[in-house]
Amino acid sequence: MELLRFATAGSVDDGKSTLIGRLLYDSKQIFEDTLEALEHSSRQRGEEGVNLALLTDGLRAEREQGITIDVAYRYFATPRRKFIIADTPGHIQYTRNMVTGASTADLALILVDARKGIVEQSRRHAFLASLLGVPHLVLCVNKMDLVDYEESVFRAITDEFREFAAKLDVRDLAFVPISALKGDNVVERSPNMPWYDGTSLLHHLESVHIASDRNLIDCRFPVQYVIRPRDDRFHDYRGYAGQIASGTYKTGDEVVVLPSGFSSTIESIDTADGPVDEAVPPMSVTIRLADDLDVGRGDMICRPNNRPNVGQDIEAMVCWFSERTTLSPGNKYALKHTTRWARALVRDLHYRLDVNTLHRDESATSLSLNEIGRVTLRTTVPLFYDEYRRNRSTGSFVLVDEATNDTVAGGMIIGPTQ
Amino acid sequence: MQRLISHLDALEAESIHLIREVAAEFERPVLLFSGGKDSVVMLHVAKKAFWPAKLPFPVMHVDTGHNFPEVLQFRDSVVERLGVRLVVASVQESIDRGRVVEDTGPRASRNRLQTTTLLDAIEEHGFDAVMGGARRDEEKARAKERFFSFRDEFGQWDPKNQRPELWNLYNGRHRKGEHIRVFPLSNWTELDIWQYIADEQIELPSIYFAHRRPVFRRDGMLMAVTDFLRPLEHEEVFEATVRYRTVGDATCTAAVESTAVTLDEIIAEVAASRITERGATRADDKFSEAAMEDRKREGYF
Repeated sequence: MELLRFATAGSVDDGKSTLIGRLLYDSKQIFEDTLEALEHSSRQRGEEGVNLALLTDGLRAEREQGITIDVAYRYFATPRRKFIIADTPGHIQYTRNMVTGASTADLALILVDARKGIVEQSRRHAFLASLLGVPHLVLCVNKMDLVDYEESVFRAITDEFREFAAKLDVRDLAFVPISALKGDNVVERSPNMPWYDGTSLLHHLESVHIASDRNLIDCRFPVQYVIRPRDDRFHDYRGYAGQIASGTYKTGDEVVVLPSGFSSTIESIDTADGPVDEAVPPMSVTIRLADDLDVGRGDMICRPNNRPNVGQDIEAMVCWFSERTTLSPGNKYALKHTTRWARALVRDLHYRLDVNTLHRDESATSLSLNEIGRVTLRTTVPLFYDEYRRNRSTGSFVLVDEATNDTVAGGMIIGPTQ
Repeated sequence: MQRLISHLDALEAESIHLIREVAAEFERPVLLFSGGKDSVVMLHVAKKAFWPAKLPFPVMHVDTGHNFPEVLQFRDSVVERLGVRLVVASVQESIDRGRVVEDTGPRASRNRLQTTTLLDAIEEHGFDAVMGGARRDEEKARAKERFFSFRDEFGQWDPKNQRPELWNLYNGRHRKGEHIRVFPLSNWTELDIWQYIADEQIELPSIYFAHRRPVFRRDGMLMAVTDFLRPLEHEEVFEATVRYRTVGDATCTAAVESTAVTLDEIIAEVAASRITERGATRADDKFSEAAMEDRKREGYF
């Protein structure tokens, strides 16, 4: 059974929580005691029936304020797939949650209200999904029951969205007309919309092809930990443990280790279950090399004829997460990239991007909470990186405030500074 | 060129990555091990992460003193086989030293007292990373938890002020006295845990499998009669065939009626179950909507 991670986005009233509740409920993942607790809370609020939206509000403050503050993770499975939902709040002030949820997602699900059509927030979510390189996008036009299941309403919305999405880097786009409340086209095809010839949302989630989204070409193995048992049985064992970031590694492959540049061949790819002939992402393995080299955490094992960029001057898009501080040229941060920590100096802020209009404000001098901009960074040590669009693992980094240790930004690498 | 990775392989790879990050970036990590199924799986994954080397950190059991004897025996045999150091943090000692005051009465539980014992042990041993087997599917406050979860110098969790966690780039930076809780099994569900136990043929304490024992019914749940938990006068003791879905403090962990004696039978039962494991077996979570959130804020597991 395959694993699909998806992020949902929408505003409070788009019915996102109702949709998630519906997916969980109809796939029988809501348990009776949870339902009982929901019924109880719904009654206390004077609501009739069960408010499925309450299911995703986990914290006291969220229930009190009636809003979702933080990303919540939900799980459900069908006989075909296991799903992890990153449920991200839709409020404007919580863009960082959407970015967080989208960073690991195979698919982003965006909800719009059929009565309202595409709003600023729908565009913003679609943009963030494309910025974070989410390979598949699904636009759910919800509340179709409130527009009499009219095909023309659905068509107008999809046409408008398609036009906007053409400006973005969206690889796969699908549209589903639904009613989360009534269940139309969520799990089963709805008889109320005979004009719709696509599949139900759940069927789409079960069948969308994700196996080839991984980068199986560029071999990148960031060394995470060196395994040296130093006991009698494994006296000379020296293995480089890590998770395959991208590419396909095979026993006998000629490899080169960065930063030293020394070459060797793969003697064995070990796991606790025995050696494997071939390793692909996201496997966690231990690589042994034929030669005795000095290799440590933060080094990278790749192929001699396909190397990442190596450099200290980097162009990147960053999304700023801190409420307390701003990003300005001259600031320094700790930077984590693959298994490597460095320090980074912000040399330049080129522009701030308006996530609603995609307008670039070149007069900007700083980025504050939830703002996105293009920066030039200089790092203390070279990074082994790729363009984010080609490689989400070696193209991403986070910035950490050295005074507070807070994670203050997520970054996506564009390339070397020219 | 499909190379499909099964969901359990993907979850295991993610957990191995997390545990290796902990070993690489912290000075004094520890892994919490109670003998419960989640901590057994976490320990198994940790063992695989460093194979053929031994675990590069000790394991710790927060012992309420109210254990099922089968579980204690199991704990000791696993620890001995692995050749790993076991730290026992004792709630009884915390009581004896006057760090906590024990509740009295028939419904007294040491569950909440564990927080003080845990935090004291973390401080005493200078642990800077504490790995726990909690899962996000267990409970709604846990659903908002990070893989690397920051704790301040009081061991407190601030759910409204959590560090954003993107890709697989974990930020474990902290000052002296603060620590990080790490949850390598965050993305696993109860069913995943059982399927993995079956696939990997992992040994478990015997009380997870159906057996006969004297029980009584309290608040709709079946409680075992033990040295620590006695029925009230009106609570009738009877023999039943039961098993445990979770294993915790004997005073607040309930059994479920079951005839499942094999892993396959348990998996079939879990897959068909309509009640969450905490709802079915944990008296401590019935207090209020925010019981777990409140305990977690104070520094609970």
